[in-house]
This record gives sequence, C-alpha cells and structure tokens, in this order.
Amino acid sequence: METMTVNSLDSATVVRWMQHCAETYQQHKDELTALDAAIGDADHGANMARGFTAVQGKLDGLKDKDIGAIFKGVAMTLISTVGGASGPLYGTFFLQAASGANGKTSLTQEEVAADFAAGLKGLMSRGKAVVGEKTMVDALVPALDALKPVANDTLAAALDRAIAAARKGADSTVPMVAKKGRASYLGERSAGHMDPGCLSSVLLLEALKQALPSG
Amino acid sequence: MKKLINSPENVVHEALEGMVAAHADLIKVQFDPTFIMRADAPVKNKVAIISGGGSGHEPMHGGFVGRGMLDAACPGAVFTSPTPDQMQAATKAVDSGKGTLLIVKNYTGDVMNFELAADLVRADGGQVESVIIDDDVAVKDSTWTAGRRGVGATILAEKICGAAAEAGQSLAEVRDLCQKVNAQGRSMGMALTSCTVPHVGKPTFDLPEDEIEFGVGIHGEPGRTRMKLKPADEIVEMLMEPIISDLPYKSGDEVLLFVNGLGGTPQIELYIIYRKALEVAKRAGLKVTRNLVGSYITSLEMAGTSITLLKLDHQLTPLWDAPVLTSALRWGL
Repeated sequence: METMTVNSLDSATVVRWMQHCAETYQQHKDELTALDAAIGDADHGANMARGFTAVQGKLDGLKDKDIGAIFKGVAMTLISTVGGASGPLYGTFFLQAASGANGKTSLTQEEVAADFAAGLKGLMSRGKAVVGEKTMVDALVPALDALKPVANDTLAAALDRAIAAARKGADSTVPMVAKKGRASYLGERSAGHMDPGCLSSVLLLEALKQALPSG
Repeated sequence: MKKLINSPENVVHEALEGMVAAHADLIKVQFDPTFIMRADAPVKNKVAIISGGGSGHEPMHGGFVGRGMLDAACPGAVFTSPTPDQMQAATKAVDSGKGTLLIVKNYTGDVMNFELAADLVRADGGQVESVIIDDDVAVKDSTWTAGRRGVGATILAEKICGAAAEAGQSLAEVRDLCQKVNAQGRSMGMALTSCTVPHVGKPTFDLPEDEIEFGVGIHGEPGRTRMKLKPADEIVEMLMEPIISDLPYKSGDEVLLFVNGLGGTPQIELYIIYRKALEVAKRAGLKVTRNLVGSYITSLEMAGTSITLLKLDHQLTPLWDAPVLTSALRWGL
C-alpha cells in the first residue's frame, strides 16, 4: 500500500472533527427536528446545532491542548449549551472520554476504541438506558463494538464499520416502542419513527470519519 | 402564530428583564448562566432551595422565588430543561453553607441536567440533595415509560419545604419532607386546546374544536385518552376518580385541594371546577382543610385544568400556612 494509513487520532484531527460536527448538525438541523417532532418535543436539531456551534467558538482556545483537555472543553460546552437530555448525555460521553485522553496529543486505534467505550459507559449510566429502549444507545453500542481493532486494521476502516453499525442500529429503532425519554409517554404511538438521538450519533461518527487525514 | 412577543429567541430573556423590574424588592436575575434568586440570598443558617425547568410554565418556578419558598429558580428555554451550569451558579449564589435542596420535576432532560449539576456542586465540595417530583397519575407504568411526570405537587413541595427551611430545618429534614409531599400528592390534568412553543410556531398537537385530551402533560404530552368535550362536572369526576383511588386517599383524610389552570382557562371556570372537586372529595369522605385555586403551573396559553390532592397532617398543614412572600404566592406577612 502506498497510501498513508491512519492508525491514530491526533489533536488536530479532533479539532477538525468538532468543526465538521458544527457543520453537519447545522445541515441536518431540520431533519433531526422533524424526527423529534414525531415522538418528542421538536428541539433536538436546534439543540445540537446550538451546542456544536458553541463548541466551534471554543476551538481556537483548545486547539493547542491535549486531547483530554479538548474533550473536556467540548463536554463542558455541550453540557452548558445543548439542554434537554442530549446535552448531559453527549456531554458525559466527552467528559468520560476525556479522562482516558489526559495529557495525550495522539491516541492509538486501541486507545480510541477504549476511550470511546468509557465515554459510552458514562453516557449509559447517565441515561440509565440499555439497548432496545429506542434511544441513542441503540446506535452507539453496536457502533463502538464495531470500532474495536481487527487484524490489519486502520482507524478509517474501523470508523466505516462503526458508521454502518450505527446506521443499522438507528434503523432498528424505527419499529421500537420507546421506554425512555419523552417519547415513552406516547407508548405504542412511538413506533414507526427513528429515534432522533440515533441519527445525531450517526452524524457524530460520520463527522469523525470526514475529519481523518485523507489517505 | 399570534403572540405578544418580539422574537422567539428573546422570549425568556425579555420576560426575565420585565420580571425583575416588576419585583426588584423580591428577586434578582443573573444572566449567562441564567437564574432568578432571592434579593436577600444567601440567607444565613438556612437550607437553600432551588428548582427550575423549562420556561412556559409561569409563574412556576420564578414566581415562587422569595421568602418562605425558593431561594433560586433556573429557567430553561421554553419547554427545555435548564443546563447544569445554571444550577451550579445558582447554588453558589444562594447556598449559605447549610446545603442546597434541588426540587426536580420528573422529565428526562430535567433529571439528567439536575443530576449533572449536583455532581458538579459536590465535586466543588458543596452539600446538595435532590428530590424528584412525580405525581401525575395519568402516566400509569414507570416500567414502560420515563415514569410519572412532575406536575402540581411541585409547587406544594416548594411551598412546604420553603417554610421548613425558613424554620431552620436541616438539609436531610427538608429533603425527607419533600419526599413526603411527593409521596402524599397526586395530580391529573386535561386540555381543551393545544399550545404553541414560540420557536416552533405551530401548535404542539392538534386537537379538534369539540375534543379534549385527558391526562395531558404540561408540555402537551399525550394523555390517557382523547374524547368529546363534556360538561365541567363530568370532567371533574373523571379527573378526581384516578387521583383519589391512586394513593389511595381514604375517608377521614385531611387534604389540600389544588385546582390549577393551564394558562388559557379563566379563573371563573376554575371556580366551577373547584366547586365540583370539593363535592367529589366530600363524597369520598375527604376533609378539604386547605385549598389553592388559580393558574400556577401552566403550559403557555393551553386551556385546561389540573387537579392535585395532597394529604395533610399536623406536620404539613402549619408549613403550608407559614408566611410566604413571592411574586405569585403571598400570605401571612
């Protein structure tokens, strides 16, 4: 292979990731809101766009820091600007991911998988949700499982697997009856719609893939 | 959308500016992070009580900030939970050193943001306890949902706990008292009309002219059933039955009967509701020794009502009667 293989995640890529997030949530704002209007309170698109636009505004001050510090800055910004349930959930994800990345300006593929797994553990404990309850967990659990390194792996290949798994997980929420969040009050009427948190999770992973240096 | 606003983005901010101008003797307002606090906070040797939630339910919670009730209230965007930095900053501003009780309504976003706030306050060495209010009997089963929602009992808890804190009770005592109010309070509501969130611009749900949503939540969450409009007396019977049978309230119980308007229902109709609710309570053998009738926990301009019963006793009644001085509730002073 003559092309460069990317097997680590460095600070500059993390910063690009966050810039891509700000763009993608702005682009998909109406789509996320429409999903949320069907089974929630129609604010997910606006909340995510507001949160990551605020993150984008903080990047100048974070870009020379280690990945732990960047994740912590992202977490605190999301926590204080997103609101609803997704603010504390994504905020907790980055806050927990930050602790494994403290002082590091680059993470190996193994470290990325372990770090994100720690983030997901925190998110699940905050939301008290498990797979099958029609929440973002339905996309994130299979995605982070697929992110684990295999033989002759690259981070880009692992992310492709994770994105595909997240999309599949998101699709699996369509027929589900919600058991968590505001959608749960709809009971059977929540079936037939994708969970909006699943779509925002897919977008988060796709933004990371876009941020990887092209090989 | 027909509203007396300037722009949807500025609704909460401009309302707070007006509120603090009108009640400068009682409250102060901080922005970014945003919270309403007692003008004289922190009050020495007193447990601080903080609540909060999405805006659009006024006078809850900001209208209950003042002597004998809340020390601070954290308003989110309309129908959106406040963020932890608001509760963290509010706690810092009003905690006198005796600790802080967070009174949280059971909505997923509110619970998570308040939990995270409590974590942050504890990490800074602060003393904080949380109580989650979930009194809405319209939600049947918490195994299959996010659990019962917090509605009318919230402000009864804020009043009673506020009086206890004013009397010098400890954080653990005030927390236990809040749990007791929640355990002894039950509510149910119904809507005649939907409401329009300013930044959404269209009604939260569609309700035909001749239908009502029974068991509705304060953000327009769907209720138990939808049905044709009925006379007020029949609606009251249908609201009271699930409330009374849930705790259950028993013959001889002393209760507080709270008839609440959801924002678009006039006081004249609330008295029609109260009249019948009192009759139903008496028929069940309940002694209504205290009452509250008015629009205190609203859903913007939604027309409708909610009824709350709280079982009283020698501990709760004097705390309900204790003086209170806030923009929305005031007596005994």
